[in-house]
Amino acid sequence: MHEVGIARTILDIAEDYAQREGATCIKTVALRVGALSGVVPEALEFAFEVAKLGTLAADARLEVDYLPIIAYCEACALEFEVKDTFGIAQCPLCTEPTASLRQGQELDLSYLEVI
Amino acid sequence: MDTRDVRFSILRQENEERERIVQIEKGVMSLNQRYADANRARFAEHKLLVLNVLSSPGSGKTALIARTLKDMAAEFRVGVIVGDLATDNDAERLRMSGAETLQIQTGTVCHLEAAMIGQALDAFDLSKLDLLIIENVGNLVCPAAYDLGEDFRVVLFSTTEGEDKPLKYPTMFKRADAVIISKLDLADTVEFDLEAALNNLYLVTPKATVFELSAKAGLGMEGWYDELRHRFARLKSAQS
Repeated sequence: MHEVGIARTILDIAEDYAQREGATCIKTVALRVGALSGVVPEALEFAFEVAKLGTLAADARLEVDYLPIIAYCEACALEFEVKDTFGIAQCPLCTEPTASLRQGQELDLSYLEVI
Repeated sequence: MDTRDVRFSILRQENEERERIVQIEKGVMSLNQRYADANRARFAEHKLLVLNVLSSPGSGKTALIARTLKDMAAEFRVGVIVGDLATDNDAERLRMSGAETLQIQTGTVCHLEAAMIGQALDAFDLSKLDLLIIENVGNLVCPAAYDLGEDFRVVLFSTTEGEDKPLKYPTMFKRADAVIISKLDLADTVEFDLEAALNNLYLVTPKATVFELSAKAGLGMEGWYDELRHRFARLKSAQS
């Protein structure tokens, strides 16, 4: 349960940017969360609802863009999406597992909608 | 013309104009990353090999570290940072091995962060150390996301936990440089299927180096020590 800390960090960054833009209210906080980011989406959403109170984002909506794992097989020079629920990245051509990941570890604040 | 309607529409128009998008494109972990990079620079300055040791509670992190300290005392000057929610029992246990040990009590925080390590480093004379071992809080979920600035990330799981641990915590295992299967002396008693465990590890984290050992029985420790020697030698030669 490190999502409370992460929600606070997100709000800190969001408030910082909003104030620099002279905004008085944050309407939307948009995130990109990878499947291997280590964050449980439901826990993050819950933590955000609590942590946002008393901030510029008190009425804000959290918009999360979930990113699946995209892996790369060096032997086959093939990029592929990992659909396995355990995150096993096996190349669809040669069936060998790969450690090379192109996407899935993101935890980014992408944009805000402010007034 | 109804003046109230006009006023309403002007207001609404103003509101729509004021609502705007602020692009950020920033990693949420960027603050931790800054501290981790600062730690990494300090470690490099002192040619220090730094391990981040992770596992669920009770997998044998402290036993592994205590044995390593004892057996490697003649070769390496070692410092230890131990993270726990509460108590300093682990630090006490490790202090008995003679190594300089610092306990970080994280309270309710379920992982160590780079800033905590940065502060803890001030308690050590880094120029007098070869190896710094960081024992993270027992947790296979949250600590995965926090870079501490280490060179070498080691994840343990014990034979008593079952063969499918890597499948259950892929985020943690995918970020491991090495995986240690611990409590090998209990494998037969708990009917641990080593082949299945190795296969699961290969599927989840095909590049990680795997060690099978028992710190308590002293089984398989040499391979682990060789890895530390090898990494330390590589670090020394790369920087000098």
